[in-house]
Amino acid sequence: MEFITEHLLSLILFTPVLSAVVLMFIAGDQDKLIRWVALGLSLIPLALSIFLWVNFNSDQAGFQFQEQYTWYSPINASYHVGVDGISLTMVLLTTLLTPLSILASFTIKDRVKTYMVLFFLLEMGMLGVFLSLDLLIFFVFWEFGLVPMYFLINQWGSEKDTRKIFGREINARTYASYKFMIYTIAGSLGLLLAIQMIGVVTGTFDLLELYRVWPSISEGTLFGVPVVTVKAFAFWAFVVAFAIKVPVWPFHTWLPDAHTEAPTAGSMILAGVLLKLGAYGFLRFVLPLYPEESHRYALVLGFLAVMGIIWGAFSAYGQTDFKRLVAYSSVSHMGFVVLGIAAAAYAINTQDAAIALEGAVLQMFNHGLSAAAMFFLVGVLYERTHTRNLNEYGGLFPLIPVYGGILIFTSMASLGLPGLNGFISEFLVVRGTWPIFTLFTILSTIGLLFTGAYILKGIMGVLHGPLNKDWIGHVSEINPREIFVIAPLMVLMLWIGVWPAWILNVIDKAVIWFYGIY
Amino acid sequence: MQFPVLSVIVFTPIIAAIIILLIPSDRKTETRVAALAAATFALGLSIWVYFSYDVQASGYQFVEKYAWLPQFGISYFVGVDGMSAPLVLLTGLVMFTGVLISWGIDDRPREFFAFLFILATGVFGVFVALDLFMLFFFYEIAVFPMYLLIAIWGWKVTREYAAMKLTLYLFIGSVIALVGALGMYYASGLGTFDMIALEGAGFSAAFQKIVFPFVFFGFAILGGIFPFHNWSPDGHVAAPTAVSMFHAGVLMKLGAFAALRVGIMLLPEGAKYHMSWIILLTLVNVVYGAFIAFVQTDFKYVIGFSSVSHMGLVLMGFATLTSDGLLGAGVQMFSHGIMTALFFAVVGMVYDQTHTREIPKLGGVRLVMPIVTIAFIVGGLVSMGMPGFSGFVAEFPIFMGLWDSYPWIAWVAVISIVITAAYIIRIIGKVFFGKIPEEFKGHLQDVRVLDKVALVLLSAILIIVGIYPTIMVPMVQSGVENVLRLLGGA
Repeated sequence: MEFITEHLLSLILFTPVLSAVVLMFIAGDQDKLIRWVALGLSLIPLALSIFLWVNFNSDQAGFQFQEQYTWYSPINASYHVGVDGISLTMVLLTTLLTPLSILASFTIKDRVKTYMVLFFLLEMGMLGVFLSLDLLIFFVFWEFGLVPMYFLINQWGSEKDTRKIFGREINARTYASYKFMIYTIAGSLGLLLAIQMIGVVTGTFDLLELYRVWPSISEGTLFGVPVVTVKAFAFWAFVVAFAIKVPVWPFHTWLPDAHTEAPTAGSMILAGVLLKLGAYGFLRFVLPLYPEESHRYALVLGFLAVMGIIWGAFSAYGQTDFKRLVAYSSVSHMGFVVLGIAAAAYAINTQDAAIALEGAVLQMFNHGLSAAAMFFLVGVLYERTHTRNLNEYGGLFPLIPVYGGILIFTSMASLGLPGLNGFISEFLVVRGTWPIFTLFTILSTIGLLFTGAYILKGIMGVLHGPLNKDWIGHVSEINPREIFVIAPLMVLMLWIGVWPAWILNVIDKAVIWFYGIY
Repeated sequence: MQFPVLSVIVFTPIIAAIIILLIPSDRKTETRVAALAAATFALGLSIWVYFSYDVQASGYQFVEKYAWLPQFGISYFVGVDGMSAPLVLLTGLVMFTGVLISWGIDDRPREFFAFLFILATGVFGVFVALDLFMLFFFYEIAVFPMYLLIAIWGWKVTREYAAMKLTLYLFIGSVIALVGALGMYYASGLGTFDMIALEGAGFSAAFQKIVFPFVFFGFAILGGIFPFHNWSPDGHVAAPTAVSMFHAGVLMKLGAFAALRVGIMLLPEGAKYHMSWIILLTLVNVVYGAFIAFVQTDFKYVIGFSSVSHMGLVLMGFATLTSDGLLGAGVQMFSHGIMTALFFAVVGMVYDQTHTREIPKLGGVRLVMPIVTIAFIVGGLVSMGMPGFSGFVAEFPIFMGLWDSYPWIAWVAVISIVITAAYIIRIIGKVFFGKIPEEFKGHLQDVRVLDKVALVLLSAILIIVGIYPTIMVPMVQSGVENVLRLLGGA
């Protein structure tokens, strides 16, 4: 027992790898066995993170359950992990969505073993980002997560679609995965350089030390250039890398392609967790490491966030592909996260900032739930109809009433209906942002308006209108396995919507401590 | 007396070569078994050397010294430090896996293995030599069998041309280096080729500035430095698989290593003076090499040019003359050696089945060769410096070294990462996962078990070093400190 508590984070982080190894020893044609074993094993990190949540003391300041081991001694990088309330929330989200995604992938028939192995590696990469307290280790996990995602999209993505690129017809999933990979790697180059530069200047990669040392370097020159300029460059290098991941407008163009082409479970994880990595990067690295630059450039960031909110909502409304619609809605919803962060960065030491940040963190969690749920529901429909075109569905409500109810429930959560989770976090963001960026907040409500429009468009296209007779006998009701996937998400949406205190309490104290507010 | 482990390692291959030549030429299986036994033995000893090297004590260990021609100050003097111990291990590994994947060579296997082993003796010798004369001696031994291996067993289209080109380039290089070395011998006034003695010879700054380019470029040609790199892709492509593995995996390290040991370590002032422009050449290597690799359509040429790019990183790490840069370069030599051996093994296996190396004509290899595919993916990830693999462990400190010395170069060199990612992903997507062409259907077979053993071994090492750098990094760091001592803590 003591072993478990002392190495809890490492256990959470590396159980997925062990699970992947276990899977490798199962014969490749035992699809059913592989699925159930994968599901069973993926519940271990979830159980461990619930254990972590229960044992986490939210009243205690600082990172808890820290572990530190030598990793790369000559450049002073160590394996250093720990959690605070912000990362704890994200860890819970990740370990929750992984088993659900695996359960959602039970319909995968092609190379099930490899698929599951990749999924576990992906989980490890994401958890590593949330748990790292060392800049280099963070980067390791940050980049590593790309590899399994690339293959998931490239190999298990939708098979039919094609795209015309430079006059040549190619597979859309090939295009999307390539774009995803190159976009993200190129975006991380600046981050890589900045991390190296910080390592050379400060002689350490340990985050707790860097929080003290790096912001206080403010005078003189580095490499013959004024510190202010160097730091501004480094700041933007960090921001661009994270902005691509979030994605912040105008760096979002990889997202609709990747989300649309990915297999259902891949989209769930992509929208549910992967996007949060970028936002988490802002919270964990950009704000505390660059307080001055964050303040100086907060308006720019806030402007981009608002553009993302409005543009994303408009684009979502313009789609006829249901999955693309949901993908663009992510751009819009994640815009609120960035807006909250930008406002807080502008006025970090105010109560409003604390509220905005709380809203942002909660919005990350909430969007994780609702986006994963939405992508899952799109996937459920796609498996039955083999189309994602909203114009081809039509009036399915009488055929699949339970599915219809679930879709409406989830859409409402995504829309921000009071009583469900999305409302709480968006309200907090808007409440916190209003006194700081009043104009931006007002503009962002245009996005909210259009959220209503595209959500209703989606519901209407699928469920209402005249029944498309072709589907009679072909579209079957959502099955128990699928209900098992969606039910936990729905419970949480309702729970947070009705009684958010259990999670807000943890986030609130973490935000106040971490950013030293008051 | 201590067991002369290094000498045993160095001479095992050549003795094995002689024994192999004594086996009648029609007993091919016996030949192969003998070769494998010798390679296993050498690998075992090099693993032993690697793990029993005392990192805390650092310095030269397992030293052996016997007078050879005392009147000229030449001695048989060998030993390893933290820089060369990983390279000895690398050679052992490449030799072992090279034998495994050459199992199918049917054309005069006896001579093939004999030449390969003579080459191996030369390579081991250079890595452990602490006497300048010995270093040259082994260096030439390593270069000469290469010519025959390529010209006889190579790719029929270009083998004569490539073998000739390669050999001439390398001989010119070694002659230039020899001029420098003889200059050092006479200028030192010590009358010895002992490199440890020469380290303390205190050459005048003016002398060092003049001689350094000779020594450095003489050896760096074999390391593939721009603009003297273009023998290497031709050579790689023309060589048979095991020779390509040796060639890119180990031989190029020979050049880089000798440039470090003789050039930078013996002439530190010269190095400091010239490195500010040499680093520009290495930058061309890194970026231009990656671009050229990107536009190739021949699978093997892609890998050949990627070696030019990656060896550029090694030389770039040297050129920073910083602790981090040298550390990264040391690890990169090992990492690239394993990675490129893996690459060439894969290319050879694909070619053996498909008989083409044109990327547009290939496709769907994963359907029949799953292990080969995974091995290539691992190598590819190493190549693009993906964290979690050894390439990252090596490249990261090289870039830190750049920040410490010439920050703007880091900005330019980093482009190579994304170009590398682009061509690696393109190959993975097309060759391994693309649609299988009609003419291959039913004609491709999976590789032999021995091939799989070799691939798994090489891949595993790349992953282990990437996940747990402590297994290699402190050792290389101790070697770096040895270099920094001579550079006066620069």
